[in-house]
Amino acid sequence: MVAVTSVAAGSANPPEVVTSRASRRRLRPWRGLILAVAALYFVGPVLAAFWFSIHNSHTGIDFHAYTGFFSAQGFGTAFRMSLLLGLATVLITLILMVPTMLLVHLRYPRARAWVETFSLLPLVIPPVALVVGVRDIISFTGEDRFLGTPVATVMNFLQGNQPWLLSLLYVVMALPFTYRALDAGLRGSSVTTLVEAARNLGASWPVVVWRVVLPTLRTSVLNAGLLAFALVLGEYTMAKILNFSPFPVWLARFGDTDGQLQVGLSLLSLALTWVLLLTIAGVAGRAPGTARFPFRRRTS
Amino acid sequence: MTAEPAVATIEGTRVEYLDVTRVFGATRALDGFTLQIEPGELLALLGPSGCGKTTALRLLAGFDQLSSGQLLIDGRDVSRQPVNKRDMGMVFQSYSLFPTMSARDNVGFGLRLRGASTSDRRRRAGELLELVGLSAHTEKYPHQMSGGQQQRVALARALAIQPRVLLLDEPLSALDAKVRTQLRDEIRRIQLELGVTTVFVTHDQEEALSMADRVGVMRAGQLEQCDAPSVLYQRPATPFVAEFVGTMNHLPGVVRDGSTVQVGDQSVPADGQVPLSGTAVSVLARPEAVLVEASVEGDAVVQVATFFGAVTRLRMLRSDGVELLADVSSHRAGELAPGTRVAVSLVDRPVLVRTPSS
Repeated sequence: MVAVTSVAAGSANPPEVVTSRASRRRLRPWRGLILAVAALYFVGPVLAAFWFSIHNSHTGIDFHAYTGFFSAQGFGTAFRMSLLLGLATVLITLILMVPTMLLVHLRYPRARAWVETFSLLPLVIPPVALVVGVRDIISFTGEDRFLGTPVATVMNFLQGNQPWLLSLLYVVMALPFTYRALDAGLRGSSVTTLVEAARNLGASWPVVVWRVVLPTLRTSVLNAGLLAFALVLGEYTMAKILNFSPFPVWLARFGDTDGQLQVGLSLLSLALTWVLLLTIAGVAGRAPGTARFPFRRRTS
Repeated sequence: MTAEPAVATIEGTRVEYLDVTRVFGATRALDGFTLQIEPGELLALLGPSGCGKTTALRLLAGFDQLSSGQLLIDGRDVSRQPVNKRDMGMVFQSYSLFPTMSARDNVGFGLRLRGASTSDRRRRAGELLELVGLSAHTEKYPHQMSGGQQQRVALARALAIQPRVLLLDEPLSALDAKVRTQLRDEIRRIQLELGVTTVFVTHDQEEALSMADRVGVMRAGQLEQCDAPSVLYQRPATPFVAEFVGTMNHLPGVVRDGSTVQVGDQSVPADGQVPLSGTAVSVLARPEAVLVEASVEGDAVVQVATFFGAVTRLRMLRSDGVELLADVSSHRAGELAPGTRVAVSLVDRPVLVRTPSS
């Protein structure tokens, strides 16, 4: 306190600035404590899980949980399915959401409240309720009058027990996150003027979206994609109820035979998500002109 | 700066707004707006916020659809033509450069859409960036440039497509005073060099008066007056224009006969239509048309003196309670300090008169 007083007396800073700095200094130990508690809460279980995955009271430490999963039965198929589902989900989400959000932002701003409410519904409706409803719909046998119509074609496709059905559900499940990510990007950039500038220069709508909007919203688009992808890598309920076996379902089933491998794989999938997140943060954080740029095409 | 245009001149086009109306709900943003813009002319639309000047510009650009009326370019109705087919070059208030493209790529964007080859794009972009004084910054990205530089790139980008009309939507309002003045002069120089028809929207009358061939003063969606800056300033057609453009003194006077007005103990010639003799009128006089002399017998007292560089503006109060503004040369300001009693008269040239109801 003495030091603070002497700084205040000899400083040209106004008193409120000094007070603010002093209170910030007082907060510092609390900050450290809060950070430590949060770290313990989040990192503690991960460390415990890691210890469990490598330690065996009979054989000591071994890393079979991190080396043996390639040979684990069904792993390759399940993981490949999850990756493909993830990619499909990201693709459908972006194709659906980017133009929709752009339309709402540029043309129908009054519809924003409705779209936002709609996008939040998956948080209110439990996945179990959603998937049971979907199961009933796809088991609908239809009526003769639909025969030969697109309705029958769609129903046939859905009833064909295709795992792609899961992607459509994941798109809905990811809505609250993708909406927020894209909305934040649109609100935080001057997309309206950029779109007008591009249109004024003669660009068609597809050119505007591809060359102007997507590069400008790269961070939001990447975030939306990552959130959708992460959701697919961890989603269990829907896949289980609809009798598909992507990575999370396989993981749960595999745990019955080897608990350590199960935990090891859980940690690896967590690490994969983190690596993706950090990569995106690194790429998105770069200013144009400093490195290769996603979506960027040289125009001259 | 350059003796000859670095890029090809653009054939100016004629623009006509014919009884154009634009309605937003209960608001008539444009209400029977009619205006002709000559080829190669720089026309400024001036007016207070909400007067409809930006709406007029956006209708011409194609960002908005008119509710009724016609919009002609070289005699052809373009009212229903989509924005990307109109060939208008627009410079926005907020720079609006594509953040992921370099200055060269920004300028080349419109050319690429028109199928220009890479070498053509690079050459044309280079020429235009040279025209706006940025040949050393072609590879810079928007975030690496100042506001003035960004706006120059935006101007080059708009000119690159050889627009039929160049549209400037308050392009200088986000810049600091010095850059604003520089860029103002450059825009005018380039516009004269290329001969492109230009519509310039601004709420800054100094900008409008100093840059434009003609200035259209707008109010409540209508055009009050469209004339050369000097005409607008010296002979405002309506009380609104008189008030809005520059500063105006209102002095009580009485019409003496068909051509003179009595203002205090001075008789001055009247300009334009004059009411009947004996009618009480308001005499309009610019601050520079008011003569001030220090005099112990004068009937006004200097209240405030504001230094503007070459001139000093005096605010004076007459004994009858009328306030007056006068611009005097700053080297005389010392003898006309606040508190000085002064004699005030009008320069002996025709003045505008208004009846209180007009």
